[in-house]
Amino acid sequence: MSAAALGAGRPTRWVIGVAVGAVFAIPLVSTLLYTLRDDQGYSLDHWAGLFDPARAYVLRPLWTGLANSLGLAALTVVLVLGLLAPTMILINLRFPGLRRAFEFVVLLPISIPAIVLVVGLAPIYLVIGRTLGTGAWTLAFAYGITVLPFAFRAIQASIDAIDAVTLSEAARSLGASWPDVALRVLAPNLRPGLLAASLISVAVVLGEFTIASLLNRQVLQTAMVVVGKIDAYAAAMFTLMSLAFVFVLLVVIGRVGRIGAAR
Amino acid sequence: MSTIAPELVGDAVVGAPRPRRVRRRADLAWLGLVPFAAYVLAFLALPTVLAVGSGVVSEGRLDLGNLSALADPVILRTFWNSTWLSLLTALVGAVLGAAVCYALLGLAETGPVRTLVDAASGVLAQFGGVMLAFAFIATIGVQGIVTQFLLQTFGINIFADGTWIYDLPGLILPYVYFQVPLMVITFMPALVALRPQWLEANLTLGGTRASFWTHVGLPVLAPSFLASLLLLFANAFSSYATAAALASQGSQIVTLQIRTALTSETLLGRQNLAGVLALGMVVVVGLVMWGYSAVQSRAARWQS
Repeated sequence: MSAAALGAGRPTRWVIGVAVGAVFAIPLVSTLLYTLRDDQGYSLDHWAGLFDPARAYVLRPLWTGLANSLGLAALTVVLVLGLLAPTMILINLRFPGLRRAFEFVVLLPISIPAIVLVVGLAPIYLVIGRTLGTGAWTLAFAYGITVLPFAFRAIQASIDAIDAVTLSEAARSLGASWPDVALRVLAPNLRPGLLAASLISVAVVLGEFTIASLLNRQVLQTAMVVVGKIDAYAAAMFTLMSLAFVFVLLVVIGRVGRIGAAR
Repeated sequence: MSTIAPELVGDAVVGAPRPRRVRRRADLAWLGLVPFAAYVLAFLALPTVLAVGSGVVSEGRLDLGNLSALADPVILRTFWNSTWLSLLTALVGAVLGAAVCYALLGLAETGPVRTLVDAASGVLAQFGGVMLAFAFIATIGVQGIVTQFLLQTFGINIFADGTWIYDLPGLILPYVYFQVPLMVITFMPALVALRPQWLEANLTLGGTRASFWTHVGLPVLAPSFLASLLLLFANAFSSYATAAALASQGSQIVTLQIRTALTSETLLGRQNLAGVLALGMVVVVGLVMWGYSAVQSRAARWQS
């Protein structure tokens, strides 16, 4: 008897699936129809308008925001791979006693609402604004914190899946230095986790609004709100594209995670 | 492990010089933790302390006078609004989400349906934010597809009593839209952990499928369901982006009130109102999350 025996029978499954699926499809299908609607009926005019030079001034915030968000995503991935991942390897190999405390700290951002963090980040970013400038890239420091729980889980799953201790002991006894152990022995084995952590960080950064909006930095989501007030169609089109992009990212993460688990 | 073993050997066999060398290396390893610790202190611990502290500390001294803002009728109403909105959407989301989990249970974990539902749940639950607001404006906004369809086909004007979509009631549907997927993500592991052998045992002992659910399945799942419900409540309570994009004016819920407090210097004639509100939020969300982890550890007994 498999786990399926506990699940709903085929008719029940179909009823629930179709009912909930339909309800959840309505807003997405409506948004798509909304972007296709014009004065006479339906057409691709609004989509073609995305690249119309005459309307470029309306859409400029969106392209700026998108560029800023992509840059921030890259910086955040650098923080995850360059700061979080080495620290996790260090904790797991040299300070296993700290694992629980470390896990508590990196999962904290789940329990602290972003809006509360912003209240405290505002004075810190006043200082950052004076020293490093008010460029959007400075948000990466805050985003590195918001992605911690997601990135941690992805990387930890990979660390648990390989025998990191034995691997590093083997490498050390063969004369490898600690940087060699981390970069040439562990990193290749942790690739699925590192990749998943990077992709989920990209997804988090592309969807982040709260911190950027209240610290007055231009990113994709804040630009959508600005442009949405002038051109609701543009906001709807970017909504569909962003949701689709993040959906693809998550499908890839699911696949990568499975490859990792199968090892 | 790798550090402990040589140290013990060194102590027992070789004597004094070896352990000192090992200890010095351990000291260097501690240095490796410094960058991350400094980063977390500067961008997680410090902001949290500043946020919560700015409500009760003014000019360097403890000042609990600001806390009286939490008793202000305007503030109390926003907390009440946040509470019922979160509770309502958490309950609806938990029930619908649990139903979806039940339907998914019969499908292979690596099958296409589960893969797609998992990814879609992740998108809507965690990364929707502002975009969900736009999707709902395009759907049930004044010019929305569903609004216009109902108006032109059935003559039903959903905004006959005013355009509620930009006000508090307008938040209910978008919130349910991200609560259900979050329930799918958090509750699915509990359902997967149910052992088919328990059903088998129940059936061999003369029970039925119905008696399995009433006597075994539901009691085992109850703590997980409660934990997920608490998580959904905390999620809705701390949610900001969807509400901010929909209700660009006004401050009907706590997170929007914090926005207003941050962008206008003195609100209700009080300073540091943002800090006081943040403190209030941390207390509510902290209590709920504490309850979550307490219930979750009880639920984990069945999930090994």
